[in-house]
Amino acid sequence: MSVATSNPLLEARGLAVRFHAGGRFPVRAVDGVELAIGKGEIVALVGESGCGKTTLARTLLGLERPSDGSVVFDGAPLSYRSRDLRRYRRRVQLILQDPTGALNPRQTVYESVAEGLRIHRTVARKQRAGVDTTEGELVAEALAKAGLRPPGNFFMSYAHELSGGQRQRVVIAGALALEPELLVADEPVSSLDASIRGEILALLLRLRDDLGLTVLVVTHDLGLAWNIADRIAVMYLGRIVEVGTTEQVLQGPQHPYTQALLSVVPEIEEVEPVVLVGETPDPSLIPNGCRFHPRCQALAAGVAAEAGVADSCVGEPLVVLASTGGHRAACWLCLDNGA
Amino acid sequence: MTLLQIRDLEVVYRTASGPLPAVRGVNLEVAAGQSIGLAGESGCGKSTVASTILRLQPASAELRGQVLVEGEDVLTMRWAPLRTLRWAGASMVFQGALHSLNPVRRVGRQIAEPIRLHEPSVSAGDAAKRVDEVLEQVGLPRSRARAYPHQLSGGQRQRVMIAMALACRPRLVIADEPTTALDVMVQAQVLKQLTDLVHDLGIGMLLISHDLSVLGSTCDRVAVMYAGRVVEEGAAAQVFADPRHPYSAALARAFPRIGDPLARFGPSGLPGDPPDPRDLPTGCSFHPRCPVVLSSCPQIDPPHVPAGPGRTAACLRVGDEEREPG
Repeated sequence: MSVATSNPLLEARGLAVRFHAGGRFPVRAVDGVELAIGKGEIVALVGESGCGKTTLARTLLGLERPSDGSVVFDGAPLSYRSRDLRRYRRRVQLILQDPTGALNPRQTVYESVAEGLRIHRTVARKQRAGVDTTEGELVAEALAKAGLRPPGNFFMSYAHELSGGQRQRVVIAGALALEPELLVADEPVSSLDASIRGEILALLLRLRDDLGLTVLVVTHDLGLAWNIADRIAVMYLGRIVEVGTTEQVLQGPQHPYTQALLSVVPEIEEVEPVVLVGETPDPSLIPNGCRFHPRCQALAAGVAAEAGVADSCVGEPLVVLASTGGHRAACWLCLDNGA
Repeated sequence: MTLLQIRDLEVVYRTASGPLPAVRGVNLEVAAGQSIGLAGESGCGKSTVASTILRLQPASAELRGQVLVEGEDVLTMRWAPLRTLRWAGASMVFQGALHSLNPVRRVGRQIAEPIRLHEPSVSAGDAAKRVDEVLEQVGLPRSRARAYPHQLSGGQRQRVMIAMALACRPRLVIADEPTTALDVMVQAQVLKQLTDLVHDLGIGMLLISHDLSVLGSTCDRVAVMYAGRVVEEGAAAQVFADPRHPYSAALARAFPRIGDPLARFGPSGLPGDPPDPRDLPTGCSFHPRCPVVLSSCPQIDPPHVPAGPGRTAACLRVGDEEREPG
């Protein structure tokens, strides 16, 4: 049984986010998502661009309001009053893809990391709680946690003087300074060089092990998930189509979409690559039945017809996967097998 | 005749803070119908090598060695033949298609532009036919010629970039990180397209990426660059699966094989940063970051030695291993 079922830190309950983008139908970016992330767990949210994974992450951070359903943090539904949101954003921090864009080129490393502390008046709050500390100490501590040692050497540096890996560490230090409980990392290594990638991933793992941080990694990189994630949720067109432990999902994928994603990972040579045609369809026109059926290789190859579920595939909507209960896939083929 | 031959190429940029050797003696060959991968970190000189083939360097660059495209040396070529060479002899697919396409012109016209400029004898009607043809080659419907870049997805835009590179029927295509900004599935589509084109049209391709796993599965051969030099060269699948140079090994490990128990909760990186080309370490320039450094590494700059059939690597350890088993 996964950690999430016993002790979830963050939950999405029936979450839906719709945008009105000027078309005839609203864009259903997130279309009914159940997801639970346990304390101290690293969960990877995997999918193609346009599948809604970034919108889901933004909604979990309280940057987007759900049209339906709710975000539950530490047992309490998220309140959207500005005071409550500010408090929430201290406990939950975001790390973005491109550290060069995330850092102000005219700020020193010290200023970048101290900015969050000042916004949240962390030093004053700590002193009221009887902890004797200064801003400099907290900045140094955060930089050291992010692997920039000795921190003093980096205080007066500007972003352009640092390497790509160091910049991403500064961004992470800025997040860590506020002592968050949850980190949401959106493609944290995809803009970094191959050699730096492993270093940053190792840092995320260490933060979980040493500080008990919970991490949600949004990525399209399955190798990254294999490197650090405890569990994986695969998202397609606004829904989670497969969820399970990393071993279950990557070594025994049930959903044809997950199987296709895995087959095109260049490292895997044993399987014949299933290169899906086209791209994620328009989320304002989600297909009937299984939302993956127009691109599904199992349906196209007649596997679904053989199993007698082809009619369901094109006409009968699937239930939303529950956030608890091990390895599951939202596919008529898998449901029939009793998976 | 070999399509592309690079011999002892050296590129030095003159900068305000002194000469910057970006490429320090690179040898490469690409035959027709063959794809070669060039791997390495940012700043290792791989993009400089690519732009040298079309002589796209700024005037501040000093070039030495030879870059022969079908026997003609690009570095000493006069302006007129050089202009013919660009697009028609060799063309380039740049990364970041969104920024390379003109947002206010239909993509069909943009693909036709090199044809109009390089082959003025081709009529407008024939150029339009050629555009349809190359769009088909890259797997886009003809109707997309009427689209503006913003109406296309990232993968489609990258295909337009490839179509443009094919428009003048070049013999050599240079693709610089063509899939960096793309998703796994779209990346697979674009790479498959490129390799199909190499085989179907018999063109030569130089594919540049920092992702050794991509090169390992798409190219015939691969060269790994570090600090302006090729440190390992060989059959692509072999270099990725069984790298001999410690730097190639680190690059290969950065992209784990799913199912590999060692990589599970064990992401692998390479500590440190690439050296400043103005201030290179003595001996082997990789030695300060090398996990298996020998005491002689800071003194000896290793030459390329055989590292198996059809493979070479520039590492003192590789030489030792080859001699020891006997």
